Amino acid sequence: MSSKLVRSSVAIAALALCAALSPTGSRAGTTIVIGLQQEPTSLDPTADATASIDGMLTQNLFESLTTVNEAGEVLPQLAESWTVSEDGLTYTFDLVDGATFHDGTGFDAEDVKFSFDRAMAEDSVNPSKGLFKPIESVTVVDAGTVEIKLKQKDAFFLFNMAQGDVSIVAPESVEANNANPVGTGPFKYDSWTRGDKLVLVKNPDHRDAGSVALERVEFKFISDAAAASAALLAGEIDAFPGFPAPELLPQFEADPRFKVVTGSTEGEVILAMNNSKAPFNDIRVRQAVSHAIDRGEIIDGAMYGQAVPIGSFYPPHGPAYVDLTGTYPHDTAKAKALFEEAGVAGTTMTLRVPPFPYATRSAEIIQAQLAEAGIDAKVENVEWGFWIDEIYKKLNYDMTIIAHTSPNDMGNFARGPKYFYGYDDAGYTDLWNRISAEADDAARNALLAEAQKYLADQAVHGFLFQLPQLGVYKTGVEGFWDSRAVLFQPLAGVSVN
Amino acid sequence: MGYFLFRRTISFVLTLLAVSVVVFAVMNILPGDPALSILGLDATEDALAALREELGLNEPVLSRYLAWIAGAVQGDFGISQSFRVPVSELIAERLPLTVSLAISGMVVTVILAVALGVAAAANHGRAGDWGVMFLSQLGIAVPAFWLSILLVLLFAVKLRWLPPGGFPGWSEPAAAVRSLILPTVALALVQSAVLARVTRSSALEVMRLDYIRTARAMGFSRRRVLWRHVLPNALIPIVTIVGLQFAALVTGTIVIENVFYLPGLGRLIFQSIANRDLPTVQALVMLFAAIVVTANFIVDLLYLAIDPRLKTRS
Repeated sequence: MSSKLVRSSVAIAALALCAALSPTGSRAGTTIVIGLQQEPTSLDPTADATASIDGMLTQNLFESLTTVNEAGEVLPQLAESWTVSEDGLTYTFDLVDGATFHDGTGFDAEDVKFSFDRAMAEDSVNPSKGLFKPIESVTVVDAGTVEIKLKQKDAFFLFNMAQGDVSIVAPESVEANNANPVGTGPFKYDSWTRGDKLVLVKNPDHRDAGSVALERVEFKFISDAAAASAALLAGEIDAFPGFPAPELLPQFEADPRFKVVTGSTEGEVILAMNNSKAPFNDIRVRQAVSHAIDRGEIIDGAMYGQAVPIGSFYPPHGPAYVDLTGTYPHDTAKAKALFEEAGVAGTTMTLRVPPFPYATRSAEIIQAQLAEAGIDAKVENVEWGFWIDEIYKKLNYDMTIIAHTSPNDMGNFARGPKYFYGYDDAGYTDLWNRISAEADDAARNALLAEAQKYLADQAVHGFLFQLPQLGVYKTGVEGFWDSRAVLFQPLAGVSVN
Repeated sequence: MGYFLFRRTISFVLTLLAVSVVVFAVMNILPGDPALSILGLDATEDALAALREELGLNEPVLSRYLAWIAGAVQGDFGISQSFRVPVSELIAERLPLTVSLAISGMVVTVILAVALGVAAAANHGRAGDWGVMFLSQLGIAVPAFWLSILLVLLFAVKLRWLPPGGFPGWSEPAAAVRSLILPTVALALVQSAVLARVTRSSALEVMRLDYIRTARAMGFSRRRVLWRHVLPNALIPIVTIVGLQFAALVTGTIVIENVFYLPGLGRLIFQSIANRDLPTVQALVMLFAAIVVTANFIVDLLYLAIDPRLKTRS
């Protein structure tokens, strides 16, 4: 009789289940659901560095003076055009007509000045305050014209002006942007269910509204890779532009419902060595580590083959790229000899690894490769807050693995001995200053090539691979960039067919 | 009874006070910097300094703690350092989901476990008993997150009966219920495996007692004896375990909410610890502690209801 009870309760449960079932409604072609791994805690790109804020809102909800295309070329946005003075220090921006903020307030030169002054103020908490450093002053010429004077020439100035940190905001709405963002872009804020999703809708008043295909964009936050994969397979998500797990890609490649795209990001993954302390202040030790690592094996094991090796600190898709992976080729015997010569053979080094799959997986392989070369590397998996405090702030480490995801970040090596590389080289700093001030593209690219070679020769770090942009899309989703030269992804050109 | 309640209230307050001190201390000892978490690795020193000032991180630890306590006793849990909205607002948004999940998980656990446990005891030594024992062994061995993934692959990806995750909110009741089915099952299966075993052994123990044999000898049906005489007397250990399991269920939602990407308190505490968001972590841990202490208190009250001997003694 009690087994009867069990049976009947199972039957009731099954009935309830069936009753609750309803067919999944098909979405119109004007709505897209985009999966994201990282959920931000604020929606203001000018006050929070979380990359997913830029991924969702920069150049979609907010706009900047300029924008950047997939190739990394600078294009006009809120500035229709600009002129640069003879000495390269004064930029005059001609602003677009007819742009308005989503709350109805107008956009003019005063908003540009306000945004810059706010970011440059002493109490500003802009996460990329460094971008504003070269700026001397911002002046309103008239309602449609802004003049920006620089202290020194800046080759990256127009490119930097496209970033989310330089979004143009309005004094009327800026205080509430962390939870209710107001910009001038082709999409406006609809709702944010924290922990679940962020919804944007098309801004019908945008000057280019006619060319925007999507009416509604839903960003769904799924941090777990297996759950992300299930959501795609179940048809809940149309696009996952930054798919977190390369090992799960084959099932999507084999499925005609999906398209898998492997592109590149600005993220250089390095085996960072603490140049400020022994034994890594000895170039022979750094060279030995470089010889000991086998990039092919690391990419196969940690990234399932989905990454491009790098020999220096510059992305392979960039215009100035030089292939330097052969500078210190994989050679265990040579590594061994160099370790012995430097007197560190047989010693123990620690490898403190932050909690990112690319890092933890690479660490195990590098540990084995160093062991072959006669070094006992102790792998310590640390939590992100710990990494920031101990490694980044206090330089308390031997080696670590980290991806640097900002564009044009070779300047990191000129940040002096307090930066966590512990690298201090007047020759390189001088080279970087020349790069920053060189406005001519060809000349700058030549200098960038020189800088890549400089860092590779110095074996400052073990340069591993470029972090790939792994995208999984439903067939019919068009317009996503394969590679990202910046942190944002404009959705104005995206369509679902 | 009055003295009992008074003593309980005092220990409740002291427990929460101790928890708040521990959380505050641990969060301050933990390496990490909320300002750097928010502004990222490219932040300049002056921007970090400005943010630390804004978040009040430059105040001495003790005065920050006292200010926090002063606010908390007035029901003000402060502003989240990472979300920049009142902590109470964050919790209010997410509480309904986590509470729904914990309660549905508990209900399914108890129903499933008691039915299976009593059935196993009634069929002691026979195939039904062995079946329940085997299944519960399996249930205990399977980690909840792995079971969740299997459930999703079968019911959401393969059969397409249920959504693979997410929560549409209680404004759409049908969709909300649908989205809670798999997480509830994932939570309840593991817990009910434990509870079914406890129910079975507790029922078996009671069934061996003389008065049960007497009841049967007097002609009461097996069914009546089982439900009216065995189960009520077997309840004490069951209620004890249920009380402990409720705490486990609430914390178990942390894992389940991640796998089913549900916007509940579990995900919030995960994110807040990573961001070193002290006010949010503090309030959440206090809330979890309060839930656990309350669950224990309810268990104590239930003992009084179940076991009349306790009442006469007090």
